[in-house]
Amino acid sequence: MSRVIPLAVVLLFHSLTVSAQPDSREQMRSLDEQVQEIKSDVLGIAAELGTLEERLLFPSNTQLAVFVALADGDSFRLDAVQIEIDGELAAHYIYSFKELEALQDGGVQRIYTGNVTTGNHELFVSVTGKSASGRDFSNSERFTFNKGINPRLVELTLAGPGSGGGAIQLGEW
Amino acid sequence: MARTAAIFCVVQLFVVAVVNADEEGLRDLYFGESLFYASQGEYFDALERLDTELGQYYRLDEPYLDTLHLHVGDAEFSVGDFELNYRMHHRAGRAISAVLEGNVDELVRNEAAFRLARIHFQKDQAEDALHALNRIQGRTPEPLVDEIEFLRANVFLALDRVPEAIDVLERIENAEGLEGFAAYNLGIAYLRHGEQQEALDQLGRAGVVEVLDEGGRSIRDKSNLVLGTLLLEERQFSGAQSALDRVRLTGPLANQALLSAGWADFSAENYQRAVVPWGILAGRESTDAAVQEAKLALPYAYSQLEIFGRSAVLYGEALESFTDELRKVDESIKSIRDGKFLEALVREEIRQSKDWVIGLRSLPESPETYYLMELSASHDFQTGLQNYLDLEDLRERLESWQHSFDAFEDMIAVRREYYEPLLPEIDQQFRELDSRILLRQEQYRLLTQRLQNLLVSPRPDFLSTDEERLLIGQLDRLEERLGNDSRPEAVSLRHRIGRLRGQVIWTIRIEYHDRLTEFAEHLADLQSAMDVMTEQYESFVRIRQAALHSFEGYDRPITRMRTRVREALDRVKLLMGRQGHALELVAIDELLERRRRLDDYRNQARYALADSYDRATKGQVSRAEP
Repeated sequence: MSRVIPLAVVLLFHSLTVSAQPDSREQMRSLDEQVQEIKSDVLGIAAELGTLEERLLFPSNTQLAVFVALADGDSFRLDAVQIEIDGELAAHYIYSFKELEALQDGGVQRIYTGNVTTGNHELFVSVTGKSASGRDFSNSERFTFNKGINPRLVELTLAGPGSGGGAIQLGEW
Repeated sequence: MARTAAIFCVVQLFVVAVVNADEEGLRDLYFGESLFYASQGEYFDALERLDTELGQYYRLDEPYLDTLHLHVGDAEFSVGDFELNYRMHHRAGRAISAVLEGNVDELVRNEAAFRLARIHFQKDQAEDALHALNRIQGRTPEPLVDEIEFLRANVFLALDRVPEAIDVLERIENAEGLEGFAAYNLGIAYLRHGEQQEALDQLGRAGVVEVLDEGGRSIRDKSNLVLGTLLLEERQFSGAQSALDRVRLTGPLANQALLSAGWADFSAENYQRAVVPWGILAGRESTDAAVQEAKLALPYAYSQLEIFGRSAVLYGEALESFTDELRKVDESIKSIRDGKFLEALVREEIRQSKDWVIGLRSLPESPETYYLMELSASHDFQTGLQNYLDLEDLRERLESWQHSFDAFEDMIAVRREYYEPLLPEIDQQFRELDSRILLRQEQYRLLTQRLQNLLVSPRPDFLSTDEERLLIGQLDRLEERLGNDSRPEAVSLRHRIGRLRGQVIWTIRIEYHDRLTEFAEHLADLQSAMDVMTEQYESFVRIRQAALHSFEGYDRPITRMRTRVREALDRVKLLMGRQGHALELVAIDELLERRRRLDDYRNQARYALADSYDRATKGQVSRAEP
């Protein structure tokens, strides 16, 4: 039985310092370098492909992109956003907790990319969520925007009830 | 020393980059979009968008007019942060070095130097990290002041310049945001400097720091665990016990703390108290090394209490558990050799969470996943696994892009089929329209020129009406017919013609200004019409071009992209094979080591079971004897 204690004491820290053999560590390091290289290459491909895709699917003269952001410091919980363009459903998005956190951290979501003709268009936005006090709320707003010959970017800034300003504000870019 | 070094290195993992939008509000939507992805841990998408946005920004003739201009410094740093988080240290280093070498403000340069130092430090290049830190001079961004000093202290520790590390850490021990971390590292620094009592006192303080976030709580647990272990080694069992009791029972270090707490009691010969933490621990997840050790230590404590019957039962249970664990380890090794391990690693449920290590716990029990959590404690394994998961993500993207090319080509073919027959007729109509438009434009140009001339040198005759021009023509012809006739009737007629001519010229002269104004107004109206016509003309040209561009000019780019994607996919698959094999080797090595230890435990349990059984039997016999 006396063998038990020394062994146990020796093992006390074993789980804190698990490590691979030097050879495999070297191999891992070399692989890590190669993985970094391929990531860089694939990012390059993604960028070129993105440009090609945009040219093909959303030419600049008809391109419309709608972005969603949250008003600074607003703590309401955004559940869903629905967007209609000229009476047609364009996007209906339900937010996960992770996405909501990303918006609250200052992120901006591109909720819709599509094509519209030049001229005036109608944008209908409806938002559902919970206020900071936990009450359900919904808001909707109708806007008109003009599409010229350049790509049109529309930003929707959303705020919860009692935020002072408009619940849905249209920003033009 | 090696042990404390290992513990110290863990701390740096808590120092991670934080991405924030500009304090004055984000004004570039695409930068905001990249932050949206980065906040969710989707660094590939974040990088793709921000790289594209920055590329477009730098190609602009007047970049100061672009919305990114307000954030370009932040965007450059964010690229470096995203690359770092996406484990692309080389690119991150290059990106930040470029900022450092550029003609930038002192604040920006100092922040770049700090970020570069952090990258070097994470890559175990402490000398380079210190060199980068030494480049920081003058003003530094306020939120980074303490972080810079904390990094400097860590670099000194890594370089074994412990007194300098202590100097720095003593200054920032209570700095906001570093609570617990600086205190813990200061304790480790004292320990490495041989100031044992100072180290114990410091770790004691770090172990009671008030913290709110999970990172702070974890480092506080770590302080208490290290303190408890040190006191245990010094045979200060009561102090060790207090420190270990402060480690949370639900934290990642709980099992280790419970095990050590048991040993503290045991070493103080307080066997009854030792069975409490070991009893809790023995009931936990049986693949954990601390739990396995507790299964052997618990009956040993009972034997010291001379409760041999209970001890024998627990040794029996431990024996059974070790046998079961050995079977699991063998099955795991076999499963890994059969390639099932790699399949388990790329399951969706793991990769959906950015905290994928936590996700390992929720995987269904199977031979390939029995010891996954245990393996993930190894840094090499984690790095390899993260790379493997990243490669799997790249593979999925590349395969999906390959399918996109087919869809693109179909779309282009449909467009070509629709537009190509229409274009010749449209072009014919366009040419006719084009010549008429050009004619009108020329006429308009001439009229505008005439108006300009009239403004400079008035010519009333230019603004005479048709009727007036006819009248003057008639008067000219009549005068011509009269010739040099000197008869009185002819003289009288010539006078009448002169009066009439005077009347017409009078009217033309008198009305000249009104007519000029009217001419200018009509020309302005014409200008509006010309604008509409020009806009329609340009719109037609654009639509005509768009129609052509919707199917022309894609063949070569698509062919080139298809080749690049195919080549990249081949490389990714090759690397996945190598990375997967390396992971399998690391996993098998770890499991063989675990097997050897379990085998030892089983042998000890067998021997101790027999011993306890004998003692229990002897006890029964002696109690039965009168």
